[in-house]
Amino acid sequence: MKSLRGRPSIFSTAKQEQKTADLEVARLSLSFGGVMALSEIDMSVHAGELFAVIGPNGAGKTSLLNCITGYYRPQSGKIFFNNEDITYLPPHELVRRGIGRTFQNIELFPGMTVLSNMLLARHIHCEYGFGFASLFTPSVRREEVAHRHILEELIDFLEMQPIRNQLVGSLPYGLRKRVELGRALALEPNILILDEPFAGMNLEEKEDMVRFLVELNEGWKQTMILVEHDMSIVMSISKRIMVLNFGEKLAEGTVDDIQDNTEVIKAYLGDESTL
Amino acid sequence: MRKLHFHPCGNFREGYEQELTIYETDFGRTAVFLSLVLLFALVPVISGPYVLYVINIIGIASIAAIGLNILVGYTGQISLGHGAFFGVGAYAGAIFATALHVPFWVAVPCAGLVTALIGMIFGIPSVRLKGLYLTIATLAGQFIIEYVLVHWETLTKGTMGIVLPKATLFGISLEGDRAFFYIIFLSLILMTYIAVNIMRTRYGRAFVAIRDNDQAAEGMGIPIFRYKLLAFAISSFYAGFAGAIWAYYMISITTEPFNLGLSVEYLAMVIIGGMGNIAGSIFGATFITVLNEILRWLTDVFMNTGILQGVELSIAPIRELAFGFTIVLFILFEPRGLAEVWRIIRSSFRLWPFSY
Repeated sequence: MKSLRGRPSIFSTAKQEQKTADLEVARLSLSFGGVMALSEIDMSVHAGELFAVIGPNGAGKTSLLNCITGYYRPQSGKIFFNNEDITYLPPHELVRRGIGRTFQNIELFPGMTVLSNMLLARHIHCEYGFGFASLFTPSVRREEVAHRHILEELIDFLEMQPIRNQLVGSLPYGLRKRVELGRALALEPNILILDEPFAGMNLEEKEDMVRFLVELNEGWKQTMILVEHDMSIVMSISKRIMVLNFGEKLAEGTVDDIQDNTEVIKAYLGDESTL
Repeated sequence: MRKLHFHPCGNFREGYEQELTIYETDFGRTAVFLSLVLLFALVPVISGPYVLYVINIIGIASIAAIGLNILVGYTGQISLGHGAFFGVGAYAGAIFATALHVPFWVAVPCAGLVTALIGMIFGIPSVRLKGLYLTIATLAGQFIIEYVLVHWETLTKGTMGIVLPKATLFGISLEGDRAFFYIIFLSLILMTYIAVNIMRTRYGRAFVAIRDNDQAAEGMGIPIFRYKLLAFAISSFYAGFAGAIWAYYMISITTEPFNLGLSVEYLAMVIIGGMGNIAGSIFGATFITVLNEILRWLTDVFMNTGILQGVELSIAPIRELAFGFTIVLFILFEPRGLAEVWRIIRSSFRLWPFSY
């Protein structure tokens, strides 16, 4: 797919080729008291993939993402990212290693403008130290301007020009989801983890979002993990799909494999014999 | 010289650099410059000794209040130990000056650094505690520091207090209110400038992010605990710096002033001035210090003139009463503080006298 608006510099081909993103999850188990949220999950995502995780409510999709991004600590199993064991690293370390995410219930800063929200994501890319910052030296000013340029490219890409100076708290739900995507992209993640980016959107907003995600993945080779309930979207844009049910891995494969899988059909639609 | 821009009818920027400036227009820049010239040229000349003393106290309180605002207003960690940190700075400065014979210009920043270190130690509970629970933990810090200051007699001379040598700066002896006026207000300008700069770079943004939503802040790659400690350190540095200057200014210090009352007073300055607003801290410090002086004068009048025979003793606590009442009124009617009042006044004069 060809971009009409120009390609943001952070997605230049040279930069994308440096971004290695090999995620390996091995026999991951997580329980809350007696409830097994995840049991012995294996999963692997490779660079350039759009990997979708689906499953009924309470299947453990968000728990899996929270384990990968460091918010939950699994009881057993390992997570490797680019051959490094990241199982028990705190979230801020994982962000530095290139794992960026959005949240199911939008975790933006409602009292800040769209720009300041996105500027926060540039935190890990700021290189100036405390001494220079406290005097606001010309080098700090140059760096801040460079970050602003990057954000403006992302704002152009996500078509958010009219709202860049609006408070996030005053934006409609669909736009907030878009701002959150923009903020996650400003992190320049090697792997982008999206927790239900289409939830609560109307059709036009979903179409826009699909356009952005497809351009990111197919045009600019952004590796992504997508958790989503909307089957038509998942089936049309993802390359590989993993299905979870009650914390267990039910199936994994291409779109066709999953659509024909009897176990998956049973989990979603129920068993014929019980009717 | 470049042309000045005042933009009475809108501010049309032409580059991202222009959005990084502290003042949006040259009007603000010029106004601040002129008022600083007036402050330094006029105020020390026309003020009497008492007025100059009050102004100096305002300057010192402003430095400490800016520090507390960074911690409370920007980072959202409510601290009830700021008065004690101010005391640590005062004592550190006094000990540097008397025991180690360190010159004034070294002792003051060093006292700030010592206080920053101690502030970080008392900030450690913030790794697990939030909100009210952290406030109680800092309250414990207040009492621990007070206890140590009184009872570590080999270092602090306990209740006897310490008498400081005269401050000298590059061979010039600093004596009297006027010399200290210049020292205090030059420091205040420098410390304000640093605080404003910290707040418009990644450090300030991280503080605000932690205050507003710490989970999302962590998701942005901000190590929360490290940044909370940094906020405690900066805030205590400001308190210690102010405390050391105060110690030199007062010549002799004892442990009494650095009690919980002082901590509450600083918190009141931040709340009344405007949380999360650097200029607000200065407004708040001015307001509280002046209010204190007025109330002191009023109680003196009541006590001495004998209009209210027989009720002198019950009149004495009127200071605390009025103090508390003011805070309640501010929280009710202008929770964003004097800084917001100032903003409203300024914006209503924006197109004066030809507004539509």
